[in-house]
Amino acid sequence: MTTKDISAESVAREFVTSHGRRQFLKASVASTGGLMVNFSWLGTASALSSNKDSSPFRLNAYLYVATDGEITAMVPNPEFGQNVMTSMPMILAEEMDANWSQINAKQAEYEPADFERQFTGGSQSIRRGWQSLRMAGASAKQLLIMAAAARWQVSTAQLTVKNSVVSHAATGNSATFGELAADAALMQLPQSIVLKANRDFNIIGQSQTNLEGQNIVTGKPLFGIDYTSEGMLIAGIVHAPAFGKTLSDADLTPIKNMPGIVDAFMVESTTPDYVKSYFDTSAFTRMVAIVGEKTWAVIKAKRAVKANWEGIETHTEKLNRFGTLTEITVPGDLENSAGHRKQMEALLNSDLPVLRQDGDPDKAFSTADKIIERTFFAPYLAHNTMEPMNFFANVTNEGVHVAGPLQAPAMISPWVAERIGVSQDKVRIEVTRMGGGFGRRAYSHYLVEAAAISAHVKRPVKLMYTREDDMTNGIYRPTYMVRFKAALNATNELIAYQVDGVGVPEHAVHGDRFPAGAVEHYLARGGAIDSNITTGAFRAPRSNFMGASEQAFLDEVAELAGQDPIDFRLALFSRAKNNPVGDKYDYDAERYAGVLKLVRQKSGWDTMPENTSKGVAAYYCHNSYAAHVVTTRVKRGLPQADKVYSAIDCGVVVNPIAAANMVQGAVVDAIGNAMFGEMTFTDGQPDKQNFNQYRMIRMDEAPSAIDVSFVKSSVDPTGLGEPPFPPMFASLANALYKQTGQRFYEQPFIHQLQKS
Amino acid sequence: MPTYKLKVNGKTHQVDAEPDTPLLWVLRDDLAMPGTKFGCGIAICGACTVHLNGNAIRSCSMPVSAIGSNEVTTIEGLSENGDHPLQKAWVEQDVAQCGYCQTGQIMNAAALLNKNPAPDDATIEEAMKGNICRCGTYVRIKNAIKTAAKA
Repeated sequence: MTTKDISAESVAREFVTSHGRRQFLKASVASTGGLMVNFSWLGTASALSSNKDSSPFRLNAYLYVATDGEITAMVPNPEFGQNVMTSMPMILAEEMDANWSQINAKQAEYEPADFERQFTGGSQSIRRGWQSLRMAGASAKQLLIMAAAARWQVSTAQLTVKNSVVSHAATGNSATFGELAADAALMQLPQSIVLKANRDFNIIGQSQTNLEGQNIVTGKPLFGIDYTSEGMLIAGIVHAPAFGKTLSDADLTPIKNMPGIVDAFMVESTTPDYVKSYFDTSAFTRMVAIVGEKTWAVIKAKRAVKANWEGIETHTEKLNRFGTLTEITVPGDLENSAGHRKQMEALLNSDLPVLRQDGDPDKAFSTADKIIERTFFAPYLAHNTMEPMNFFANVTNEGVHVAGPLQAPAMISPWVAERIGVSQDKVRIEVTRMGGGFGRRAYSHYLVEAAAISAHVKRPVKLMYTREDDMTNGIYRPTYMVRFKAALNATNELIAYQVDGVGVPEHAVHGDRFPAGAVEHYLARGGAIDSNITTGAFRAPRSNFMGASEQAFLDEVAELAGQDPIDFRLALFSRAKNNPVGDKYDYDAERYAGVLKLVRQKSGWDTMPENTSKGVAAYYCHNSYAAHVVTTRVKRGLPQADKVYSAIDCGVVVNPIAAANMVQGAVVDAIGNAMFGEMTFTDGQPDKQNFNQYRMIRMDEAPSAIDVSFVKSSVDPTGLGEPPFPPMFASLANALYKQTGQRFYEQPFIHQLQKS
Repeated sequence: MPTYKLKVNGKTHQVDAEPDTPLLWVLRDDLAMPGTKFGCGIAICGACTVHLNGNAIRSCSMPVSAIGSNEVTTIEGLSENGDHPLQKAWVEQDVAQCGYCQTGQIMNAAALLNKNPAPDDATIEEAMKGNICRCGTYVRIKNAIKTAAKA
């Protein structure tokens, strides 16, 4: 699984422990030497160690060591299947030189004083956590070394550490981490500590099975839906049946009288003056709440609710967009997917705002030898995490205690504090394992709803969404259209390229992405349409549509040029690298080309039999590069993906067995959404409410094999959850073209496949 | 509210429940067995799969009143020490991502192996296509079933 070693930094790094963390972040950019961390963050004072009751000693926020040698690794980022509960402890253990079998992982609560960026999203957990985790591991090891040096009256330089044991070769002394933990917790960190060189890694890069594996296969209560607490009641909500409607009133007396029901009432999740932030998206802020002893009673009561709904008025809302106050328009219409399509087509034919222009595209198109223009469409998607939205809340005079599945605790803390009327330091957020996220759980309005319900009934409650609640109260992937236009000269070189993107409520175009920088005359434009249907991040936001459509379009352009699709792309990367167009472009042309070359080699692209229905695509997003080759076959009358070869460049791979799993999952997810994924709306109402209507990919529709290769690299790790997702849509479309003779411009592909 | 005597994982439990209560919620709310998951409530995703007399059923759509004296097995009772060949294969091959659907997948696969100890790919796909894995771990699930079948 190698091509070439893209070397950045493989030498040992030193960091200074005695400066502010923010200074460190600045300093690390400026200099190659000292990396500094906040002393309190790595806090080591004895006050932090509760050694009275034999509980583990805290060496810093990330690492606790018990006298029996058990090491507890705190995982700051929420786990939704991306493997942070294993790969983050691996990074800690690596720098600590710990014995891996003594490591236990524990999901940290939301603790902004101890951790930064407790956020799962943007494929950034490992990338952004990399330095902090390494420094925490190295610092803990240093304290243990100092404890041993003090005990044996020798210099720290004479000590070595291996497998949780500190040794002094000259005297033969050795002590386990457990034996040293109590002393280590009292040590003061020195001015600077050295991190390992990549070549000395012996845990990072070696596959470790999931630390939660046994708990998962035995059904242990890991998930939010499993959370329970003394005196806890079950809550359910009934929200408006359509976007563009809200709750008017409801006679809940009959509901309150149903067996097992404790209370039923109307509740609001917002306060009138609250200015929503970017992740506070929620269409249905006024709802019916039902609280009962058990889940089934609540579900039955929900079904019996007869409420009156009314239309909303077109209005504007203030939105705090990461510190910038903006205003968004929320239309009062009952929207339709067919209407969105017409709106997008009209907008595509209007004068769209320019995002980037190089050269003179108009002139180039007017003088070109060949021109090709194609339009692509993708529908809304529902995230459909297997665990429906849920959250535990207990609001008391002491404050707010919430627990459950969410990707972004920091983002929801201000809203729930405002809604309940407490300061944020009175909000305790426990993070459970998530039964999937895919972006959906970055928007945790359901946490605020749970808290509002608990505050009303003055009891601990667990709010449970049914599948229907989950699918119809979505934060959907937006619907998009894009029109590409390309021009070839007489020698079949790509001389002009235009991308016009539109969408509801956003377009998906990134002006500086490929092939910007590789084409002399280039134009990127984008426009958006307001909507009251709530949308948000869905695995590789925007990229999931652009990668899908651009890479299918380029396949057709390569065909028009009479070139192999890989050769055609490699020529463009060569142009971008050697003679770039414009001031900048946002990819590394060599690494981009690298994954194509690797997938070409691994798949045997050049030596596949002539009639093989094969497709290729590559994409760069979330700091990593991904390419796939897929072959298709006909199974039970329908063409489908057969074998997939994936090549990925995400820098250092921390845990290969899990990284490959992530890529394989992204491949299956992309094939599923490309083939079947679709949410539509009629008069504001989601047309699909459960899996009998919303088709999900099943085992018999998944590829027979997915072969994953990683570019060997010593570049610090970059994202992996999202990058393999977008190009898989396109490689499938390109292979289906070989299989069927038809191009696929509209997702989901199943409609066209069933017609032909 | 009627009382039911349920045989679950070899023990008899007495439960007060409305007759139409799905077995899923009896397991989760009354018997404190959270390993059986709620996914869809309409028997179409497989997350709630348990065994009734060794056959895979969707507990979200099986009313408690229909269980009678039949034996229910949940993931908590599949093996004494969490070491059923499927559980071992799942762990060793690092099948899970989020892990939410996996108890249902394992219970469904266990029922398959009860009937057919050496299923081929097509048989595995036919038996397992009722279980959705949103993370897309199907290739690993299939391989783990084959490994367990050989064990």
